[in-house]
Amino acid sequence: MSHDGKHDTPAEGVDLNRRHILTVATSLAGAAGVAALVYPFLASMNPSERARAEGAPVEVPIAKLEPGEQTKVVWRGKSVSVIRRTPEMLEKMKEVQGDLLDPDSKEAQQPAYAVNEFRSRKPEILVLVTNCTHLGCSPAFSPEAVPQEFEPKWKGGFYCPCHGSKFDLAGRVYKNVPAPLNLVVPPYRFVNDDLIVVGEDEETRG
Amino acid sequence: MSNATDDRDFFDWLGERATALQGWIDARFPMTDFWEAHVSKYYAPKNFNFWYIFGGIALVVLVLQIVTGIFLTMNYKPDAEKAFASVEYIMRDVDWGWLIRYMHSTGASAFFVVVYLHMFRGLMYGSYKKPRELLWLFGMAIYLCLMAEAFMGYLLPWGQMSYWGAQVIISLFGTVPGIGPGLAEWIRGDYYVSDITLNRFFALHVIALPLVLCGLVLFHLIALHSVGSNNPDGIEIKKKLGPDGVPLDGIPFHPYYTVKDTMAVIGFFFVFFLIVFFAPEMGGYFLEHANFEAANALKTPDHIAPVWYFTPFYAMLRAVPSFLGSQFPGVAVMGLAVVILFFLPWIDRNPVKSMRYRGPLYTLLLLVFAAAFAVLGYLGVKPATPVFSELAFRLTEVYFLFFAISWVYSETRGRAYLLKATATIVAVLVLADVARFSVMGDLVTRFHYLMWLLPGGATLMFVLLPAYTKLNDPLPVPERVTH
Repeated sequence: MSHDGKHDTPAEGVDLNRRHILTVATSLAGAAGVAALVYPFLASMNPSERARAEGAPVEVPIAKLEPGEQTKVVWRGKSVSVIRRTPEMLEKMKEVQGDLLDPDSKEAQQPAYAVNEFRSRKPEILVLVTNCTHLGCSPAFSPEAVPQEFEPKWKGGFYCPCHGSKFDLAGRVYKNVPAPLNLVVPPYRFVNDDLIVVGEDEETRG
Repeated sequence: MSNATDDRDFFDWLGERATALQGWIDARFPMTDFWEAHVSKYYAPKNFNFWYIFGGIALVVLVLQIVTGIFLTMNYKPDAEKAFASVEYIMRDVDWGWLIRYMHSTGASAFFVVVYLHMFRGLMYGSYKKPRELLWLFGMAIYLCLMAEAFMGYLLPWGQMSYWGAQVIISLFGTVPGIGPGLAEWIRGDYYVSDITLNRFFALHVIALPLVLCGLVLFHLIALHSVGSNNPDGIEIKKKLGPDGVPLDGIPFHPYYTVKDTMAVIGFFFVFFLIVFFAPEMGGYFLEHANFEAANALKTPDHIAPVWYFTPFYAMLRAVPSFLGSQFPGVAVMGLAVVILFFLPWIDRNPVKSMRYRGPLYTLLLLVFAAAFAVLGYLGVKPATPVFSELAFRLTEVYFLFFAISWVYSETRGRAYLLKATATIVAVLVLADVARFSVMGDLVTRFHYLMWLLPGGATLMFVLLPAYTKLNDPLPVPERVTH
């Protein structure tokens, strides 16, 4: 604001100091009002109550799951694979240790109870979110240890068709592929030997 | 009295009434002033060439997209259960629905063709330089807004490629360190791309972004009409005024360029409707084949590629390997490739605007830059094989080299400076390879070293060569525009 021009000369009796304070106070109040109004709009874009409720845990019966088979469920729109691995598969996994980026599951891609050799609560039962850690595509389960187009020395695991990432039979990522991390093990618990619940464990149940 | 006189009286009378009406309006709204300021007495350089038709065409395409878009919303349903079927309904059951929909989908690609050519024109003739920096920035903002608009629009048909394309692009935001996962959830409004995401993308696509886009176009035009158009010679016509205050090399926009632009729009529509009628899918580049299947969250298509106008950046994203367990470097490089264009007016500070007077090397540099961008676009639609990934990485380096070399070319440099610049750029290229090859281990082949010749050769040609030849010496800029 300039007060040197003829036209800016205030009328007699105007307290410029007071006018300045009022201008600043009004501007601040207006800015605070805008900020307060912006928040509900932005927050309305968060997942709604219904979206959160639909993100609830799912039960997976595994009594009929044969060794070497997988069953898929959808949890929070993500595809979750439950696989009963054979003893041979568990053996094969040891052969690829050296080719993996994070063989010991050091990155936090699983609950604490899955930080072990097989990334599972029971060695044979694998529970895995099969969304690629690269950009979220869905790697295909390719369990047989036979030469593949994408890998002549294939030992079984998951292969992502989008950008060529490879994972072993515990969802551990191979070196030199676009995906930087192992596949995620979701929270899950065993209700009994034939039933698991994906999306909740002792910790999340509180 | 004869009939002829009656007619003349009538037309005289009509003319008087029209003038009176114009006066009545002008007393209440600056109609005539506006027409003169922006059309009939807006003086544009007389030496515009072919490259100057794309701004006008872009405006026509914007109108086309808005109009076809309005009619599409009359039948489209932004609901995950109904969206795919509603598009099929438009195609099959709505009278002329196929035409409106194909005009809209072809229009999206046409928009990018026109905008890319418009931007390349700006590069050739230095249209981003003083005093047109803000004009360039508004234009870049339009480009960015257009990308968001196209991306969100592509989700709406809810086909497989819509779905997985959106999944990949939103995941990019999820890689931002710290806030990533929360940010991606906030954009989707769900834990995955769902009905909620579709609904909000519809809202943004049909109302929010078009409003912003129109506002930015208005600002772009206000800035243009304030500073005046550049021209193929890069000379300011306002510096040579006639006694009447009109630029000596300027001609009124109307009728000269309104007629020229009309001609251009007719030519454009000729090609446009050939595509709409005979090749609306353009062999899978304008409408991808996978999108004729409804979205399925549990089944990824074998090969995901974005629509062609995003593929140069997508190729860059894929070419940069992950680092320290993070996918962010690739995302950052891709983002930077767009952001750096905003800064072009402050990177290339050479006072000569047009490539015509900047020596043959600069013209060649522009061609190399455009070629790198085009080949990256091709690589982005292809599967990321090791050979293609390496080529994409090298061309990404060439893309960024353009900006480094533009900085070097900002003034006439001595031999010592050019030698130092060559050494610096080569060192950066080598360091990038050392870091990259150490992660790749035994996957590095002779091909990877050979490909170094792309950025390395470009550096030697564009930075070292001027130290020993006159290929980059500026040419005399004429006083007045040429023909």
